Amino acid sequence: MAEQVGGVEPRRRRLAVIASKGSLDMAYPPLILASTAVSLGWEVAVFFTFYGLDIINKQRLHRLKVAPVGNPAMPPPIKQVPIRVPNLVGVLPGMTDLATTFMKSWMAQANMPSLEEMIEVVREGGGKLYACATTMGVMKVRAEDLIDGVECLGAAAFLDYAANADVALFI
Amino acid sequence: MALKVDKLLDCSGLLCPLPVIRTNKAIKEVNVGQILEVWATDPGAPKDLEAWARQTGHELLESVTEGSKFIFRIRRTH
Repeated sequence: MAEQVGGVEPRRRRLAVIASKGSLDMAYPPLILASTAVSLGWEVAVFFTFYGLDIINKQRLHRLKVAPVGNPAMPPPIKQVPIRVPNLVGVLPGMTDLATTFMKSWMAQANMPSLEEMIEVVREGGGKLYACATTMGVMKVRAEDLIDGVECLGAAAFLDYAANADVALFI
Repeated sequence: MALKVDKLLDCSGLLCPLPVIRTNKAIKEVNVGQILEVWATDPGAPKDLEAWARQTGHELLESVTEGSKFIFRIRRTH
């Protein structure tokens, strides 16, 4: 905790995150950092923009997927059999769902919380979730498509918040 | 001298960010001055809980490694 000087309350540390990706694997890092930051007592805001908006979309949040194509880091699907799936095979129908199923099972085996649970931790800790106003317009997303408690914000308002952030990240 | 532990939190088998999130919740369930003991197996836990204590101001009294298990004793300060 920052030291108090002259009886003045120290300002809380502040995290500003932009979540711009809408795949299952890329939804975790912003939420891991945001949920950790609220647990450290920090002020937290996550700005969901472009495909990242899917993370706070009621319908799409549960359907985020892992992209097997163009992802050279995909591990072998079965740990005991060290054979990687050739990238080209990833274009076949069903491969995205398969890659997603594997990722979800690895997450479950590692006792990782779901995205919904992490969002809940962020909100319980007073963290703010902002939907990019421009993305909503471009992608025709309505306020009622988003999970409850999300505010709609523009770039200037987010930058105003982020200008005083101790940590600002684009993910 | 053995510390009197007021609450035990077992985070064995949990990975980041859960040990920090659960510790932060559990510390609110003991009174100021009381001691929370946390068990963890996440290899990142010793440095993470040290950082959590520094950031929140709670006092990390002990950080012990027993094989692959980490034991922390934390005093709630506020």
